[in-house]
Amino acid sequence: MPRLRLAESSLLFVGLAFCTRVAGALSGPAQAPISTPSIFAPVSRPAVVIDAYAWLVVAVCGVIFVLVAGLLCFALLRFRLRGDDDGREPPQVYGSNPLELAWTLIPLITVFLLSLVSIRVVGELQLETRPPDWMPVTVVGHQWWWELHYPELGITTANELHVPVSDPASPRPTFLNLQSQDVIHSFWIPQLAGKMDVVPGRQNHVWVEPARTGVYVGQCAEYCGTQHANMLLRVVVHTPEDFERWARGQQRQAVSEASVAEGRDLFLRTACVSCHTVRGTPAAGRVGPDLTHLMSRATLGAGALRNDAANLNAWIQSPDHFKPGVHMPAMGLQDAEINLVAGFLATLK
Amino acid sequence: MSSADLPLHASVEVPPAISWTDRLHGWVATVDHKRLGVLYVASGLVFLLVGGSQASMMRMQLFYAGNDLLSPEVFNRFFTVHGTSMVFFVGMPLVIGIANYLLPLMIGARDMAFPRLNAWGFWMFLFGALLFYFSYVGADGLYGAGTAPDVGWFAYSPLTGKAFSRGNSTDYWVLGILVAGFGSISAAINMIATTLTMRCRGMTLGRMPLFVWMMLVVSWLILVAMGPLTAAQVMLLFDRFLGAHFFDTQAGGDAVLWQHFFWFFGHPEVYILIIPGFAYASEIIPVFSRKVIFGYPVMVAATCAIGLLSLGVWAHHMFVVGLGKGVTSWFVVATMLVGVPTGIKIFNWIGTIYGGKLHFRVPMLFCTAFLFQFLIAGLTGIMLAAAPFDWQLSDSYFVVAHFHYVLIGGLVFTIFAAIYYWFPKVTGRMLSERLGRWHFWLFVVGFQLTFTTMHAQGLLGMPRRIYTYSADRNWEIWNQITTTGVLFQALGIAVFVCAIFHALRRGEPAGDDPWNAWTLEWSTSSPPPEYNFAEEPEVKSRRPLWDLKHPDDPDWRHE
Amino acid sequence: MSATAATGGFVPGDRGRVGMACLIFTESAFFSIFLVAYLFYIGKSATGPQPAQVLDLPVLATVCLLSSSGTIAVALKSLGSGHIARFLVAWGLTIALGVAFLGFTAQEWQRLITVDGLTLRTNLFGTTFYSLVGFHAAHVLLGVLMMTSVALLALTGRVNSEHAPRVELVGWYWHFVDAVWLAVLTVVYVLGR
Repeated sequence: MPRLRLAESSLLFVGLAFCTRVAGALSGPAQAPISTPSIFAPVSRPAVVIDAYAWLVVAVCGVIFVLVAGLLCFALLRFRLRGDDDGREPPQVYGSNPLELAWTLIPLITVFLLSLVSIRVVGELQLETRPPDWMPVTVVGHQWWWELHYPELGITTANELHVPVSDPASPRPTFLNLQSQDVIHSFWIPQLAGKMDVVPGRQNHVWVEPARTGVYVGQCAEYCGTQHANMLLRVVVHTPEDFERWARGQQRQAVSEASVAEGRDLFLRTACVSCHTVRGTPAAGRVGPDLTHLMSRATLGAGALRNDAANLNAWIQSPDHFKPGVHMPAMGLQDAEINLVAGFLATLK
Repeated sequence: MSSADLPLHASVEVPPAISWTDRLHGWVATVDHKRLGVLYVASGLVFLLVGGSQASMMRMQLFYAGNDLLSPEVFNRFFTVHGTSMVFFVGMPLVIGIANYLLPLMIGARDMAFPRLNAWGFWMFLFGALLFYFSYVGADGLYGAGTAPDVGWFAYSPLTGKAFSRGNSTDYWVLGILVAGFGSISAAINMIATTLTMRCRGMTLGRMPLFVWMMLVVSWLILVAMGPLTAAQVMLLFDRFLGAHFFDTQAGGDAVLWQHFFWFFGHPEVYILIIPGFAYASEIIPVFSRKVIFGYPVMVAATCAIGLLSLGVWAHHMFVVGLGKGVTSWFVVATMLVGVPTGIKIFNWIGTIYGGKLHFRVPMLFCTAFLFQFLIAGLTGIMLAAAPFDWQLSDSYFVVAHFHYVLIGGLVFTIFAAIYYWFPKVTGRMLSERLGRWHFWLFVVGFQLTFTTMHAQGLLGMPRRIYTYSADRNWEIWNQITTTGVLFQALGIAVFVCAIFHALRRGEPAGDDPWNAWTLEWSTSSPPPEYNFAEEPEVKSRRPLWDLKHPDDPDWRHE
Repeated sequence: MSATAATGGFVPGDRGRVGMACLIFTESAFFSIFLVAYLFYIGKSATGPQPAQVLDLPVLATVCLLSSSGTIAVALKSLGSGHIARFLVAWGLTIALGVAFLGFTAQEWQRLITVDGLTLRTNLFGTTFYSLVGFHAAHVLLGVLMMTSVALLALTGRVNSEHAPRVELVGWYWHFVDAVWLAVLTVVYVLGR
């Protein structure tokens, strides 16, 4: 029966495709520079441990798949009806206790072992003893952006987490304390660590210990409302020197240039200040992202668009155009006024 | 045992001259379990088309990075309405409807234990579903709240609180499901009472078809799970309308409590939907393998074990919420344990096939694909049960792929198998084998394209429920393959719809027992008379028709 | 279908019992969620009033409801043996005890709302207290209504011993409501204070 051969080959294809496709997809982005946040291209300890463990689980499941699917394929091919049906029924087999016992016990032992390994890894990733040189960061989830505090450094920023690289000889992990201002979000940088929900009324914790510098992307992983898709997060891993430089820059107050005094005054006169903070000016709103060093960040609107002068202008004019549903309103300013405000903001480096 | 030759039979055929209003009245006012079963299945299939259209639109939106076919509001409503519909208004009515039709026939009864309650349950379900969809026109669309609900099918608090979900859209979500839930509970009570008290002579519990056993377990799970869901939804309504604080995080309420309550319902719900798939496969695979089911008692025990274990695994949906080491470990172990009875089932089906004489008719084709797909679904389930791995996979497209493998690869494939298998009994006409094969191949190819690739997006870090993504993530090619698969699935469904209408008009007459099968429903005429059996059947084994066809080697000698 | 069709210990006449048992089962699941919510939120209210300040052990209400389980058992036994008059007396007493229980609840709520200022919106205690106790009271009310309709039928002479198996189901329901009260009492008035 030619139809049947089609069936067989297609089913085999399904099985093979599953393995090869996944493997193919994952081997690709392992080289730098990385823009795909593959969970199988880890650069930081929790993600590295999970990666090794995940491959073990995949391997176990893969072996089970090959064995069972192979058996199934064999049975389907071997016992298919060939030629015409003579109407005789095959021997009726009602069951077999030894077989049932075997395919109860073997899976039972398998899942038992797998559970033990899982529990050990769960314990390992709790990291109950912290190395001396760790840095705390508080992450506050908002609809739809990330607020970041460095309590020891006195830095407040948004949507771009900067951490130092961690040398295995003297580990320098960053511990993130996750809080939410409104609904549940989830903090997920696949190459650094597994995700952890950001729950209002609770404090969750996650830590990263990146071994390589670079920019790693992630985003909110728990549906949190209209703009869940544009609640992106970038993690910049610096060398220790670069991190110091970055931190010093962020600690400074905003510098007021005389050339943008008009824009600055306009900014301070409009409702911008009821949501945004610019340290060094009277603007001290806490609802939206801190703008003190806005231009040091690569994106606007939590990753909705690239941060440059033209985009900044367009964003102020109509945030809703780039991020429909965003809580930041268009302020109804004239084009000239927008240019002034954007001109001022563009100096916040 | 066949009642076809009894004179009583002809007199209840519907007279040809009946007016359409009378016929409509007949359907609306019916308390016949068979008609109600057909109504359930028909409405479930209609909602399947609706829910499928929403999915197709979402897939088109995701075809290109940064696409703007759908606005975020529309997209968010679509995935909420799609998920809710598929679980409550497609899965539940199909599962309950098929059981409604077949359960009394399989145990040799003339109707369900409570025929009027049965009708009430159906109309409650339909009312709930329509109420839910009425949100599109009825829920006032305040800024950011929209019309249809946009909180996701598991509606995590506090996103559902008044502060974040203004207007009434979320209330429609709650009330639609609440009302339909009363229908499900009444159906479950009815199925249990029917199974326990209405079996024909000789039909001991140990001789019931596996279908009946599995629906018994499903009904019990509905009773366990729907009560908590109802309670949680009542709490949410109190929060929204009366100012209570159950899930109000501003007043000390706990957002995670909703998750516990919801998943205490939600995980058993998965089994409520997939065990019926097992039930259809357990009836169909033996008939097309021409062999008795392998290990009947073990299958029963495994089903009961799955039912019990499913009550202790709900928090594996919540591994990323911050459960702590002890709780996480417990749920890892419990969840992995479910793999054991599930594996036993797969092995027993293989045992049934092994040594048989396989007829690859359309129902068997669907069951074959089911076996492979369910195997994969089970294995990805193990990966998700492994908590540290789940910290990466949770809420990603990998999860979406996994549960579509379960619910489409497992349930929908077996529902198609069931429809091809029992359609002749229901209508007296065969579905076209040729169209059925087209349906199967188109659907299986589309399914693989869509959902096999979807695992990759998840592993590449794509979260679920995002209406857009940027091109530099390199997810576009995978999304394009995924979306292409939808085209094949849609074509398959179109062929299926054609096959149904073709069969209703010009299908080959089926006869009482077109598949040479063994359970009681095939002993009466196709379609069965209103009273099912002219005489109450009496059975001596699990396969009464086998005994009749093989008097030299009846089953009861072996049981 | 004859009663001899029985297999596995059930007869078709048992369907009512099975149905009621299932209903009670799913209702228990419903109540356990409210009980869990109550237990979970014990002591988590940020503001008063707290349970210890305002709740008294409802001794009389409990006595009423628990003894009504006894009177309904007497009523059902009388009905089964055809003593309609005795049935009516015991049945009426059960209704009266149920109504008395509701009266005590009403009195308690009246005091809590007007004197202590505790409502559903006040705090987590109010939220969980009124919903749990309220749902129980609603079930008591439903039971009273069911019993009243049986009583009306009985007074017009339309209930006799052959209806005993059906009336018995009302009794099952009533015992269930009683059992739920024991759970509520333990959680709200003993553990929760």
